[in-house]
Amino acid sequence: MEHVRLAVELDIPSDVRYIEDIVAMVTRQCAQLSYAPRQLALNVPVALTEALSNAILYGNRERPDRHVHVRAEVDRERLVVEVSDEGTGFDLETSEIDPTSPENLLREDGRGLFLMRRLMDSVERFDDRGNVIRMTLRRS
Amino acid sequence: MSFSIRKQGDVVVVDVEGQLIVGNRQELKQKVLDELEKGERKFLIDFSQTGYIDSSGLGVLVSLSKKIREQGGELRLANLNDDLKTLFELTKLDTLFQIADTRERALESF
Repeated sequence: MEHVRLAVELDIPSDVRYIEDIVAMVTRQCAQLSYAPRQLALNVPVALTEALSNAILYGNRERPDRHVHVRAEVDRERLVVEVSDEGTGFDLETSEIDPTSPENLLREDGRGLFLMRRLMDSVERFDDRGNVIRMTLRRS
Repeated sequence: MSFSIRKQGDVVVVDVEGQLIVGNRQELKQKVLDELEKGERKFLIDFSQTGYIDSSGLGVLVSLSKKIREQGGELRLANLNDDLKTLFELTKLDTLFQIADTRERALESF
């Protein structure tokens, strides 16, 4: 079968109002390559929304002079999406709490990273021109 | 994405149309808190027209649940599709909320 790869790369201001459009764009690309309905309705939109809101709210602290860079590549095997902000970054290992434990269940925050990890096959963080989160999801 | 609110008997029914995410969660919170302030005590949030919910949206539901309970009220959720049910199960919030399959069953449960 012919190898098809779709890619999108863009910069957005640090404003949460942009999130829904970006998520729709990436999800549409996955739909074009026949990703599973569950992935299109749950895994991709929720994990990507978390990554973008983390970058805007915590990475860039909603500063209007800072931008978030998004790069998504989709083919019939996997989606790889990178979200970069201009913040100082954080340690993935120490930042994640268990929001399902009884003492945390009533917390209003702390579920973002947990959901990214549960809904994607891998979540990595590295420094490369800013703070970058890379998420990978295998097509099913 | 928008929220519509109407009364059904003595229950305030909120329909979430579109996504419940970081960009609009405060709007939902404020609408419900306004009704709570007016003296309403029974709330049903219906997700039959909802796309996806992020952690901020879940956080607002937890917050509302606590505030409504503090005022002696009750909150029910209804019409979660399979993907939303999975989200609640992953986060174990299905153990925190009373979730009904349909709006009618949720209304009957008050």
